[in-house]
Amino acid sequence: MSLVKLTASALAISAMTVTAASARDQVQVAGSSTVLPYASIVAEAFGENFDFPTPVVESGGSSAGLKRFCEGLGENTIDIANASRAIKDTEVAACAEAGVTDIVEVRIGYDGIVFASDINGNSFEFTQEDWYKALAAEIVVDGEVVANPNTTWDQVNPAFPAQPIMAFIPGTKHGTREVFDEKVILVGCEDSGDFEKFVEVKGDEDAAEDACMSIRTDGLSVDIDGDYTETLARIDSNKDGLGVFGLAFYENNTDKLQVATMAGVVPTTESIAEGTYPVSRPLYFYIKAAHIGVIPGLQEFADFFVSDDMAGPDGPLAEYGLVSDPALVETQDAVASATVMMK
Amino acid sequence: MSDLSSSQNGAPKNSLLKVDARTKKRNASEARFKAYGIGAIALGLCFLVTLLVSILGNGVPAFKQTFITIPVELTESKLDKSGTRDLEVMKKVTTFGYKPLVENALVAALEKEGIENPFAKAKDLAKLLSSSAPAQVRDVVLDNPNLVGQTVEFRLLAGSRVDGYFKGRVTRDALARDKNLDAAHLDIADAMVAAGMMDTTFNADFVLGADASESRPEQAGIGVSMVGSLFMMIVVLCLSLPIGVAASIYLEEFAPQNKWTDLIEVNISNLAAVPSIVYGILGLAVFIQFAHLPQSAPLVGGLVLTLMTLPTIIISTRASLKAVPPSIRDAALGIGASKMQSVFHHVLPLAMPGILTGTIIGLAQALGETAPLLLIGMVGFIASNMPDGIASGFLDPNSAMPAQIYEWAKRADPAYYERAWGGIIILLGFLMTMNIIAVILRRRFERRW
Repeated sequence: MSLVKLTASALAISAMTVTAASARDQVQVAGSSTVLPYASIVAEAFGENFDFPTPVVESGGSSAGLKRFCEGLGENTIDIANASRAIKDTEVAACAEAGVTDIVEVRIGYDGIVFASDINGNSFEFTQEDWYKALAAEIVVDGEVVANPNTTWDQVNPAFPAQPIMAFIPGTKHGTREVFDEKVILVGCEDSGDFEKFVEVKGDEDAAEDACMSIRTDGLSVDIDGDYTETLARIDSNKDGLGVFGLAFYENNTDKLQVATMAGVVPTTESIAEGTYPVSRPLYFYIKAAHIGVIPGLQEFADFFVSDDMAGPDGPLAEYGLVSDPALVETQDAVASATVMMK
Repeated sequence: MSDLSSSQNGAPKNSLLKVDARTKKRNASEARFKAYGIGAIALGLCFLVTLLVSILGNGVPAFKQTFITIPVELTESKLDKSGTRDLEVMKKVTTFGYKPLVENALVAALEKEGIENPFAKAKDLAKLLSSSAPAQVRDVVLDNPNLVGQTVEFRLLAGSRVDGYFKGRVTRDALARDKNLDAAHLDIADAMVAAGMMDTTFNADFVLGADASESRPEQAGIGVSMVGSLFMMIVVLCLSLPIGVAASIYLEEFAPQNKWTDLIEVNISNLAAVPSIVYGILGLAVFIQFAHLPQSAPLVGGLVLTLMTLPTIIISTRASLKAVPPSIRDAALGIGASKMQSVFHHVLPLAMPGILTGTIIGLAQALGETAPLLLIGMVGFIASNMPDGIASGFLDPNSAMPAQIYEWAKRADPAYYERAWGGIIILLGFLMTMNIIAVILRRRFERRW
C-alpha cells in the first residue's frame, strides 16, 4: 500500500513541477571565467541593493558561453553571455539563425594578461619574440622553416637562464588564448621577421598568420582547459613552468607567483590603463535585447554593472583588478538605451 | 599393521615433523602472500591517513573566522535624509552610501583605543574590514529603521587576508608584494586583538550561510548549497525508490524469462556503469531544452541524479529479493495466497533491509556527484539566496555541496581554497553518516537463511 502511495505522490510532484515551471525571476549569466569574478561581485551587490533576486552567474569559457547565448530566445536560455573577447561574425550569424537577432554589446573595462612563474624560480623579462620562438610549432632558422628546435629558454634568448621550456597556456575554448595568440605570438612572429618568410613559403598573408600562430604540440606547451587555479597547480608541481594568467588572478596569488615583464613593462592596472603594457584586452558582456523587459531586473542589472559605483575607477571591480574603461560614460548611455549591435 | 613409511631403511623418508624443501617453499609463498596483503592494507591505511590529515589540516581553519567589533554611528543625515523612517526611501541609500560610515567608524574606534593609524585615508585603513561590512550594516538598519541616529555596536567580518594572518596563511613577507593589504594593517590588527576589538572564533555562517562573490571569501558559507543538496535528495528518494522497487519486483517475481527480460537486465547493468556526465548531457537535452524546466534548479538536478541512482537501486533490490528463499514464496502460495499477496506480504518485508541499504548507498553516491550538475547550470555563483519555501526550494537556482566545493576550489583568492577543504569535511560528514546508517540497518534487520 505504502508503495502505491509513494508512487502516486512522486507522480503528483512531477506533474506539479511541469505546471510550476513558469516565469523565471532572476537574471541568468554564463560565459568567460575571466569575467566571472567581476560578474559575481556585481551580482552580489545587485542582490543586496535591489529588490530583485541575486543573478545566477556560471562560468565555462567565452566560447561556451556565447554558444549557449546563441541557442535561442526564451526563459530556459541565458540572458547575458560574458566574454573576454569580442563576439565573432560566425557567432552573430549562429545567434541570428536561432532567433537571437538583437544583441547589446557592453564593454566593461580592460584586463591584462600576465606571464608568471614560481615565486622561487628565475625571473624573466620577456618580449613577444621570445614567446613566439619558444612556443611556435615552426620557426625560421638560417632562412629555413624548421620545426621549433628550442627546448630551453637560453636557446630562445641567450640572456635567459638554461631553464627548460614548459608553458601552460589557456586552451582554445578560452578567450584569453585568442588574445595570447594575436598579441603575443603573432606580434612576436612579425617582430622576428619570420612573418615575411612564412608569406614567401605559404603563399599569402592569412596562411602566414596561421603558420605563426600554430603552437607546438611536442609537450613543451600545455593547453589548460580549466581555470587559472589549474595553471597555478601545474606551476606548483613543475617549478620550471611558466603560466599565462589574468592580472587579477596574479594579484590575488602574489605569495606563490612572480610576474615577468613584457617588452620592458611591468603589468599593473596603471600600465594597462596607459596602454604601455602590450598584452591587454577588453572584457565584454552581451545582452539579449529581446529579454529586456521580460526577465525582471535584466535592464537594472546591466545598468548597475556599468555604473560608476561598480565599474568606475574607484569601484569594487577596479579594486579586484579590472582596468576601468575611460569611455565608461558612452557605455552607460548605450546600455541605458539598449543600443543593439550593428551587423 | 606394518608401518608403511618406516618399512624401508628404518628412518621415514617424508615426515610431517621434518619440513622438506617443497613444504618450505609452499610455506614461504603463503607467508609472502600474507605479507603482500598486510602491505596492501598498510598502504591503503597510509593513503587514508594522509587524506584525512590533509583534509582536516586544510579544512578546519575554515570553521573559524576573524571578526571586528566596533561601534558604528548611524548618521540620520546620511541614511534617512527625509527623517520619515520610510523603508522605501531608506532603501534608496545603497551599500555605497553605508561604506564611508563604516570606514569612519573604524577610524574613530582606533582613535578611541589609542591605536596608531598610519593611513591618511579611511578607505585604505578599511582594507582590514570585509567588503561585506556595509551590506551587513544596511541589512540591520533596514530591518530596524529606528536604529538610525543611534550608535550601535556591530560585529563585522574582517577581510580575508587579515583572517589569513591569524590562521597563519598570510605572512608579512608575502604582503610586501600584495596590493590588497600592507604589513602596517597587521600591526593594527595585532593592536586591535590586544584591545579586544578583534577576535577569531567559530563561524556558524560557514555552515549555514550563502555563497559570496570572489572579493569576499570571508563571507561565504555552504548552507544554501546544503539545502540545494537536500531538495535534490528528496527528488531522488521520491522518484528512484518507488520506480526502482517496482521495476525490480516485476522483473524478479512476475516477468517471464525470455530474451526481452534478458535484454533489459543487461541494459540495467550497463546503465550502472555509464559515466555520470552522460546523464548530465541527457538531463540538459531532455529536462531543460525539451521539457523547458528551469535551469540551475534542484528539481532538474534531482531528476538527473534519479536516472543515475535507479540502476544502483534496481540491482541491489533484485539481489535482496533473490536472497529471500523460495520456500517462503512456496509456503505463501501453498496456503492460498495470490502471487501478489505472497510478494507484498512476505517477500518484500523480508527484502526491505537490503533494499533500504542499497537506496542509502545510492543516495550517498548521488550526494557526492558533481559532473552531471556542471551541464545543467548548478556550478557557478549561484547559491546566494536561501529558498523561501518548498516550491522555491525545488525550482529556484541553487547549487549542491560538491558543486560548491568545486566552485570554491576554482576561485582565485587562497581563502577560498581553505573553504573548499572545509566544505569537504562537511560533505564527508554527511556521506559517512549515511553509510553508517546503511551498515546499522543491515546489521540489525538482515536475516540470513
